[in-house]
Amino acid sequence: MTKKSKKKTWDLVPAPESTSHVNIQSEYGLFINGKFQKSKKGKMYDTINPANEKKIAKITEATKADVDTAVLAAKKAYDNVWSKMTGAERGKYIYRIARILQERAREFAVIESMDGGKPIRESRDIDIPLAANHFFYYAGWADKLDYAFPNQKIKPHGVAGQITPWNFPLLMAAWKIAPALATGNTIVLKPAETTSLTTLLLAEVIQEAGLPPGVVNIVTGHGPVGAHIVNHAKVNKIAFTGSTGVGKYIHNALAGTDKSMTLELGGKGANIIFEDAAIDQAVEGIVNGIFFNQGHVCCAGSRLFVQESIQKEVLKKLKHRISTLIVGDPLDKNTDIGAINSNKQLKVIKDYVKIGQKEGADMYVGEQVLPKKGFWCAPTLFTNVSQSHIISKEEIFGPVLAIQSFRTVAEVIKKANNTPYGLSAGIWTDKGSKLFNMSSQLKAGVIWGNTFNKFDPGSPFGGYKESGFGREGGMHGLADYIKT
Amino acid sequence: MKKKSVIDSSNSPKVDQVGIVERAARFTKRSIKKEAKMQGLKMVLNMIDLTTLEGMDTEGKVKQMCYKAEHLHDELPGLPTVAAVCVYPNYVGLAKKYLGTSGIKVASVATAFPSGNSSRAIKLRDVKMAVDQGADEIDMVISRGKFHQGEYQFVFDEIAAVKEACKNARLKVILETGELGTFDKVRHASDIAILAGADFIKTSTGKIKPAATMPVTLVMLEAIRDHYYQTGNMVGMKPAGGISTSKLALHYLIMVKETLGEEWLSNEWFRFGASSLANDVLMQIVKQETGIYQSSDYFSID
Amino acid sequence: MPCLNLKDMTRIKVLKTYKIYIGGKFPRTESGRYYVPKVNRKGIANVCLSSRKDVRNATQAARKAQEPWADRSAFNRGQILYRIAEMMEGRFDQFVSELIIQGIEKKKAEKEVAQSIDRWIYYAGWCDKFQQIYSSVNPVASSHFNFSVLEPSGVHFIVVDNTSPLISIVSTLAPVIAAGNTAILLAPKKSPLSAITLAEILHTSDVPGGVVNILTGDKDELADHFSTHLDINGVIYSGNKKKYITQLRKNATSNLKRMRFYDEDWAKKDAQGPHYIKNVCEVKTTWHPIEVIGASGSAY
Repeated sequence: MTKKSKKKTWDLVPAPESTSHVNIQSEYGLFINGKFQKSKKGKMYDTINPANEKKIAKITEATKADVDTAVLAAKKAYDNVWSKMTGAERGKYIYRIARILQERAREFAVIESMDGGKPIRESRDIDIPLAANHFFYYAGWADKLDYAFPNQKIKPHGVAGQITPWNFPLLMAAWKIAPALATGNTIVLKPAETTSLTTLLLAEVIQEAGLPPGVVNIVTGHGPVGAHIVNHAKVNKIAFTGSTGVGKYIHNALAGTDKSMTLELGGKGANIIFEDAAIDQAVEGIVNGIFFNQGHVCCAGSRLFVQESIQKEVLKKLKHRISTLIVGDPLDKNTDIGAINSNKQLKVIKDYVKIGQKEGADMYVGEQVLPKKGFWCAPTLFTNVSQSHIISKEEIFGPVLAIQSFRTVAEVIKKANNTPYGLSAGIWTDKGSKLFNMSSQLKAGVIWGNTFNKFDPGSPFGGYKESGFGREGGMHGLADYIKT
Repeated sequence: MKKKSVIDSSNSPKVDQVGIVERAARFTKRSIKKEAKMQGLKMVLNMIDLTTLEGMDTEGKVKQMCYKAEHLHDELPGLPTVAAVCVYPNYVGLAKKYLGTSGIKVASVATAFPSGNSSRAIKLRDVKMAVDQGADEIDMVISRGKFHQGEYQFVFDEIAAVKEACKNARLKVILETGELGTFDKVRHASDIAILAGADFIKTSTGKIKPAATMPVTLVMLEAIRDHYYQTGNMVGMKPAGGISTSKLALHYLIMVKETLGEEWLSNEWFRFGASSLANDVLMQIVKQETGIYQSSDYFSID
Repeated sequence: MPCLNLKDMTRIKVLKTYKIYIGGKFPRTESGRYYVPKVNRKGIANVCLSSRKDVRNATQAARKAQEPWADRSAFNRGQILYRIAEMMEGRFDQFVSELIIQGIEKKKAEKEVAQSIDRWIYYAGWCDKFQQIYSSVNPVASSHFNFSVLEPSGVHFIVVDNTSPLISIVSTLAPVIAAGNTAILLAPKKSPLSAITLAEILHTSDVPGGVVNILTGDKDELADHFSTHLDINGVIYSGNKKKYITQLRKNATSNLKRMRFYDEDWAKKDAQGPHYIKNVCEVKTTWHPIEVIGASGSAY
């Protein structure tokens, strides 16, 4: 509220999630052919906790030879076992993974927050349960594929090479692995270098579930490891989630091959608030849209459009809401905004903040006191922004919101679509007919009407234009893992 | 300060049910530990309107309750008292006498509680009766029938008339949200009550289910906040009925803190209408102090 | 003196000028260039050798026409596609004789024309039905109504590099416009005549100008221009030149065009289906809260 009391009368005290039940090894090898194994020549590197910069474990940097071994293991598993198994049996394996994930959910949540910096509230309530649900959902498809593709003869691609990003490590691994297995592919997956731990833990789950060796292989390391997968002759399909820049590199690299691909890339989602919206819920939607997972979300509502007549009210309420957000220790159950995933990303965000100031936009920064150690960014708003500002054109991938005003429906549709991206959009209005009009005019793969940043295994996700192609989730998510 | 514009329902902000439920649930994710919990629990105690509103209320019952209000758990010194006791108008004098100079307020329901189905004259006399006996606070009910008929002006005028009859007593306006049907209507009724002069808005009589819930309370808190934004005037909030555990009460306080601010965290601006909440809070306080889980056998029921 | 013998006089035939089709008009290529496709070493016509500027103009026309075309009701698009078939049926013989000119024997030509007409009818029927096959209501775990629908992905450039010049054009073009996309079609270089005559059919079948634009010319010359064009959303190549595919795929990186490569024998019966329509669409998923009375454990 505007009336500020001199001293706070009632403050929460730290409520850290226990880490006692968590078992992290000091170092991790590569998961190839059903076993964790050391790289023949690869080095190790540290994975750190971005909230305190402390080392958590050592991870293997896979070599080209390691990738080769992994792909061959996947190929062998495909030829000899997985492609011969019935869908029903494949499904049972995937169900097992889902169940074990549910059993070990808390452990996964803690490690996800330690390794990636996201608040435990999100990893516990969103990332991990959704990942388990994703396996559960696709497990059931494995023996029903004929119903998804009637009158078509379908086949799996063979070996799928998958590369996942650092913002939702386990969830993205689930999004990739579950449909690929259900459709009968085998897998070589590379998690992001800063957040490999839960994917390696997933390898343990896969082992525990007794999947035939080689069906899922996990190779860790930096960009070149991904490149080896992309360029490997025996990989038949590439699924990538990450930046549009790397997506284009992959697109180009695959041009001369028969490999098919799915790309889930960047975005600059428009979140549009009309004057007839339920304002308080819209403000909550703005907060979910840009501060969820520190704004490290490809479908973030990072361009806010507010109808000019309510701009003042919305900003006032938004600033008040920001004042109630708790930034800090990701493992504290009360934390709303955790640590920025890496120093590298923090630098990117800071650079954009500087650009925004240089461009003359008005900046508002949340008054949260940030911890000394680790990588942090307070929630940040830029107002008086236009479409021509760099901060409203480029993906910042952090808790930084660019706010523009608009007057009419036609105007805001034009501006919302005025981007090479097309992943998500949000619409807030109490008028159904307006919402339907908007949702059909906006060029984006996911439209959230009077809500934002919702995900479900049954709901297809993916972009238009330079946000990539292919869908993950739902029945539509199967199509990218089969050929006709 | 009659602002007729709000009488028209189209001028009240809209509420999205799924969104409000989601937001309310988010408050329950806050973890309240140690000192914060102790401080919160004591605040809760001090915000309770200890209530008896039964057909079989007797002088004895009212006296017992008044004693309890002042002596929540004498085994543990330094506890606050509750904020008020809430009784029917015919027991106001008794309660007043019994509580003496304890500082505990006496609140009385009035206006043909709980249905509100009577003439305005009778309702005003009901109020007068309570006020004349020294009631510090009046908990009135709105005419839900008229509200559903769309006679918003009637509802507004009635609240304004009761407010006048209250003289110095503070007026709590009960919307009986369980009978309003939608959050949009709760919001509209809140706006009418606030503009007609309510000092507090209150969810329920306790006679209708559902009574207070976090989402419906949040809708009302948002109405209070919007009014504060527009006028700078504070209005109090009283969820009543259905809040019987400390954990839930603490979540309500978090909701108040994050929606309105810390200024509302005193019994001047926030109350719980509850009868069984106090003992649960007491049990939690003793548990915090001793580290031993408690049994209700050790806490007096009055 | 020679006397005029009416009986002997053969009438001078009026020759057809084959022009390109852009935005509902039949211009010549802005480059003024032409080429002469040959059958059995004999030239069959002077045909426009379209330039990159024709690609640019056609793309502009297609872009402008796209939204209005997509906004029409699916039923209306179906009627228009059916109308195309009707008009083709009326000029059946012309299509046959043109195919013969392009070196196809009569029986085969007749079959190809019949098949092409039938394919229009096939896709006319799909216009208001494919959505029902591919859209879904997704049962999500929260209080939201969630549904996915197909939407046209925009402007598509179609390169046809086949020997059956009519059925391959119809088979690649029909699903594109059935979905609500607009198209720029580059006719097979060696046998471009059917494409131009098809343009005349489209022109008289209530297909709005710009929905289909037809160019003739050299696919290699134009490749870099259309495949890098940032306002083209998709490219369809019907043919089997590996190097060409690589070139297109590399160029498509610029704006991540949707690429479809078909190496089918379009004369086959099963070389049709709603998935050809799905291939030129995007999946859009929409979420909206469902007011659930009782969601909070109360009666609200």
